Amino acid sequence: MRRLCLPVLILALAAFAALPALACGDDGGDSLTLITHDSFNLSEDLIKQFEAENGVTVRLLPKGDAGSMLTSLILTKRNPEGDVAFGVDNTLLSRALDEGVFTGYTSPLLIKVPADLRTEGSNLVTPIDYGYVNFNYDIAALQKLNVEPPKTLEDLADPKYKGLVVVENPASSSPGLAFLIATVDYFGEDGYVDWWKAMRANDLKVVDGWETAYYTNFSLSGGGQPIVLSYATSPAFEQLFADPPRKDAPTANILVDKGVFRQIEYAGILKGTKDEALAQKFIDFLLSVPVQEDIPGQMAVYPVNQDANVPEAFVTFSKVEVAPAAVSAEVIAEKRDQWIDEWTKAVLR
Amino acid sequence: MDEGGPSLSRRISARRALLLAAPAFLLLAVFLVYPLEGILRESFSREGGIDPLFEDSYYLERGWFTLWQAAVSSLLTLLLAVPLAWLLACHAFPGKRTIEAVLMVPFVLPTIVVAVAFSALIGPSGSANELLMRLPGVDEPPIRILNTVWAILLAHVFYNVAVAARIIATGWRGLDTRVEESAAMLGAGPVARFVLVTLPALRNSLLAAGSLVFLFCFTSFGVVLILGGPRFGTLETEIYRESLFLFRLPVAAALAIVQMVVTFAAIAVNSRLQRTTAQRTEARQPSGWSAASALSGAVVIAALLLLTVAPMAALVERSFHGGDGYTLRYYTMLDDNVRGQVLFVAPIEAVRNSVVFALATAVVALPVGTLAAIGAVRARSSVAEAIIQVPLGVSSVTLGLGFLVTMDAPPLNLRGSPALVVIAHSLIAVPFVARTVAARLRNLDPRLRDAAAMLGAGPFRTFFAVEAPLLKGAIGVAAVLSFATSMGEFGATLLISRPEYPTIPVAIFRYLGQPGALNYGQALAMSTVLMAVTATTFFLADRIAGGRTGGFS
Repeated sequence: MRRLCLPVLILALAAFAALPALACGDDGGDSLTLITHDSFNLSEDLIKQFEAENGVTVRLLPKGDAGSMLTSLILTKRNPEGDVAFGVDNTLLSRALDEGVFTGYTSPLLIKVPADLRTEGSNLVTPIDYGYVNFNYDIAALQKLNVEPPKTLEDLADPKYKGLVVVENPASSSPGLAFLIATVDYFGEDGYVDWWKAMRANDLKVVDGWETAYYTNFSLSGGGQPIVLSYATSPAFEQLFADPPRKDAPTANILVDKGVFRQIEYAGILKGTKDEALAQKFIDFLLSVPVQEDIPGQMAVYPVNQDANVPEAFVTFSKVEVAPAAVSAEVIAEKRDQWIDEWTKAVLR
Repeated sequence: MDEGGPSLSRRISARRALLLAAPAFLLLAVFLVYPLEGILRESFSREGGIDPLFEDSYYLERGWFTLWQAAVSSLLTLLLAVPLAWLLACHAFPGKRTIEAVLMVPFVLPTIVVAVAFSALIGPSGSANELLMRLPGVDEPPIRILNTVWAILLAHVFYNVAVAARIIATGWRGLDTRVEESAAMLGAGPVARFVLVTLPALRNSLLAAGSLVFLFCFTSFGVVLILGGPRFGTLETEIYRESLFLFRLPVAAALAIVQMVVTFAAIAVNSRLQRTTAQRTEARQPSGWSAASALSGAVVIAALLLLTVAPMAALVERSFHGGDGYTLRYYTMLDDNVRGQVLFVAPIEAVRNSVVFALATAVVALPVGTLAAIGAVRARSSVAEAIIQVPLGVSSVTLGLGFLVTMDAPPLNLRGSPALVVIAHSLIAVPFVARTVAARLRNLDPRLRDAAAMLGAGPFRTFFAVEAPLLKGAIGVAAVLSFATSMGEFGATLLISRPEYPTIPVAIFRYLGQPGALNYGQALAMSTVLMAVTATTFFLADRIAGGRTGGFS
């Protein structure tokens, strides 16, 4: 038996000792690591240009959805995995700020960003893009049912929309949470639970996340609900990525004053970055017009830089001219968990 | 063997045998205990506390539901797996390997893809409902199980039936047919023979398969979240929500501990129920087909085709179905980075990465798991066996976060290393390997080894000349299972995966993350690629592993 054990132990120890040699991350030197969520993308050419201009390599590190990215950032704040993080939005921002994940920077390009998109009194994060969370409807499916598209959120509680609406769970999905906050503003803190209860009585479907809502429940993908909680840019993407190509969009937005949520995505420099100057350059890069004009087609959101143009389809199918819900980041920070709890009790239990 | 309790020398050799499990214990200590300790300490040091757990009966209900659905799912799975195992173990038929390979495919599919497949088949406007609605008098879609508990149970059976059948079939092949023959001679009918002779003899395999499915369903996450919908939740889905979205880490940590304790208890009980039963050692020969067995065989195959193959077929069909008729467009476009994206995943690269990770996992998990199984079975230590199974009960989200907080400094600076992905996959694969090998090992006649030792063979020689050939089939099955766990694992690697090495599931998620018919079509095409690659590798693995058992493995 002794003859067998020794080689096994040696082998195990050798394999164990060899492991750190395999490690390739955190090589320091001339690289910049961007931590982001899974929905991030940009044109490779732009990244290459930044690399060439600054003589560095850019590494991208997606960390699941926005929630899991933020949890990772907080847990690794003493020894961050990267230099810049992109993708924290205004529903979760307070958590990142409270935990002291970011270090401040004021980009000279910030003057190109409308004041209402900037963070008030804090330079810890920089707004990069924004989008609207609202209902989309399947035009053909509603026509087939002989039902008019709803004009208000109250309409959706009407029996003629019974079983036709699907939303994402605010306790597990970021558009779900964003829309819950919008309903608090729209119906008031006293009234929003009643509306959700009425929606529940009207056979509202609730699913865990956007992918499930859009690709299994939405009638456009063969599901049972012609009205889905998605983004204002979704109709534009439906036209841009239609198959076969078409000139119009198969879906349209339901936009009501204060009944949509404007989600702003921020980038910030991580405390503990190895090269703060380079990280600042990267923030400027994200705000520069070429990147800002690339963002809509890659990530289905609008650029914050006023000088950036958006694709034609965004203007035609995804123009938002209503006022978004106005709930400040402080109020969201204070009430978020309470609202989620109240919602869960009213809709799920 | 002496039945009057172990002698001193036997106890010493038992202790030595446990050394064989040392690599597995080392793996667990460094890559499971250490990161878990790190994240639990970090979580409990945060403010918040665990008061929400006791506010109302919510979490208690979640815990109860977790147990209930796992128990029902594993019973349902066994109910279907036993006939399939009978077919695989006792009969030869054309296309057997292909069917075996195809039936294993669901195991590696990402849940969201399975959800899309189920929706395509049994959703309100899915093919099955459309077909049924053509019948006179049927105006509403008759099948409505999406977002009900049935969807969860159905999906768990869909995922696990082939894995369970494989483990049971391995045991079945080792059964001594002479007992059945004697029973037949004494006038026992086929039903009586099965209930009174075969089923009790399969005890170990049934327990091994059943408990594995139970553990898998107990920690089930995507299936419950996506197919069940938010009205259902297991401990694992609550851990996910609490840690990644609500950021109540102490609550998540407490739930993770509860989950671990319950699974460890379940594993320990299961290990104690296993018995050592000597079985015959030569491979079972395929039985002939009688009219009755041919009919039952056809029924089993038909039922499984309906349950597992139909949803996959619906997915494949949709991947070829463009807005204007059938097309190859979604496949040809996969390789074309139209938007010039920096995080674009070329399909061939994704396939290569997935296969390399899976091979690397097999290289680590097979020897470690096999040695651990031999050590634990020889030492007759059910505690050791239970410990090896622990990773199956660990919350993958918690473990992933644990990697983040502990693997960040030398000598274990592995956060940025693909090796950590292989290690995470191996942690889940080792229990599968150990379990499959141990189930077979327990059925080996210990006299064989004693005889070899008596004839002067050392432990090495005994292993390679006597035991290894007999374990071959089991190790083959273990290889397939370890490959499958790697291809299908996402939980723990969610937070440590590297964009430099995108796998097939990563590519699927990229397309499913955005609206548009083209993105949807390409996601389905990529899913079809995943299914094809998986089926092919399983087919080849079976050929290689089963090659020398006369094509009847």
